[in-house]
Amino acid sequence: MSIRHGLLALLERGPRYGSQLRTEFESRTGSTWPLNVGQVYTTLARLERDGLVAPGGEDSAGHTLYAITDSGRAELHQWYERPVDRTNPPRDELSIKLAMAVGAPGVDIRAVIQAQRHATIRAMQDYTRLKAQALAAIESGRSRERDDVAWLLVLEQLIFQTEAEARWLDHSESRLVRLSLPADRRAEPEPPQADTDAPAAAAAPEPRAFRTPRG
Amino acid sequence: MSDQQSAPHIPPAPSARPVLQLTQLVRTHGSGATEVHALRGIDLSVYPGELVAVMGPSGSGKSTLLTLAGGLDTPTSGHVIVEGTDITTASRRQLAALRRRSIGYVFQDYNLIPALTAAENVALPRELDGVSARKARASALAALEEMGLGQLADRFPDEMSGGQQQRVAIARALVGDRRLVLADEPTGALDSETGESVLALLRSRCDAGAAGILVTHEPRFAAWADRVVFLRDGSVVDETLRSQADSLLSGQAGR
Repeated sequence: MSIRHGLLALLERGPRYGSQLRTEFESRTGSTWPLNVGQVYTTLARLERDGLVAPGGEDSAGHTLYAITDSGRAELHQWYERPVDRTNPPRDELSIKLAMAVGAPGVDIRAVIQAQRHATIRAMQDYTRLKAQALAAIESGRSRERDDVAWLLVLEQLIFQTEAEARWLDHSESRLVRLSLPADRRAEPEPPQADTDAPAAAAAPEPRAFRTPRG
Repeated sequence: MSDQQSAPHIPPAPSARPVLQLTQLVRTHGSGATEVHALRGIDLSVYPGELVAVMGPSGSGKSTLLTLAGGLDTPTSGHVIVEGTDITTASRRQLAALRRRSIGYVFQDYNLIPALTAAENVALPRELDGVSARKARASALAALEEMGLGQLADRFPDEMSGGQQQRVAIARALVGDRRLVLADEPTGALDSETGESVLALLRSRCDAGAAGILVTHEPRFAAWADRVVFLRDGSVVDETLRSQADSLLSGQAGR
């Protein structure tokens, strides 16, 4: 996660001091990625070293203010324009776990999938609850609307991410069920939406005897 | 965010009577070699104020559960108790009355009557229950108004969007004293944003005291529920409980 660019984006709105940056960062992202003040000052020091921010005097309470420089502004705008790098997919523990569980002796992969599905759906329930609150706050026209909208976007990203995970789990489970069927039954054509509509992939009635494919 | 206060989720008091109670519910189709066990002994209670989502692959028994809960089908064994009345032992007359007065359905394809306006559609179950047309219309208008749908009262189904029709269907399901709503893939025909507005309405009706069962294969919609029940091969394999969402804010959110 780019704290650097996050701080630059806040500084573009005007000079700020360290703990103020931390508060604003968390308010926009709903503390989803909590920062500590130490991280903020370390990042500011690097930004200063790279000429992207400069100390900009003090406020009336004596806090040292930082201001964005022209090259900081250029860097920030490049960041907005440049898509996030997808060339190296981040390591995903769940993918690794399922990859290892396939054919592993003594592991019920369907139980592994269900345990994760439970946790994933529960996280979605939490996010959805918070989202309903954020929506209510925006609709009620409270003063912190800008931050609420930012927080809503972050929450919805979390919801879509967990949804993708839940769908992938459904899909993996029906894929494994299908692969465990005898070859003649497996030859049945997949329903047309099998890939986008994972739960539909398992034809009814489902096979009772589920075995993890081995070897 | 310090003011992201959630209304605390109050678990139903153990003494509160469930609106719907399923006990050891079994439904078997056919017999002998072609026997299919659609449900294999389900226990489920839904309390006032609760929205329960039922998820599972196709063939897992989701829709069977809903048709049994609503008295549209008879279980092979077990009990379905709605507002204290066991509908598996009720007379046909009692069952019909219960379906008119206590149970509302919401289907994927809305099922509004095309020749009737929104208000007339919502009034219909009351009229069928013997309430005078004037009273039925008044309670229909009140239900629509309460759900923010007052402006749709005089529109015909073909003059409404899918999302509007589905919201009217929810009003129809919960008009009068009815407080059990059984929703079978209510968002199935809707785009994702409209689906969300339908779920938000269902959620708010449950927050206002109704009890709901939502059958869906969409995790994003199931996530609006208080509990998510997972069915597989006719049995409940797992169930989530909603935690206090505020724990997210203290940095416990990560997976």
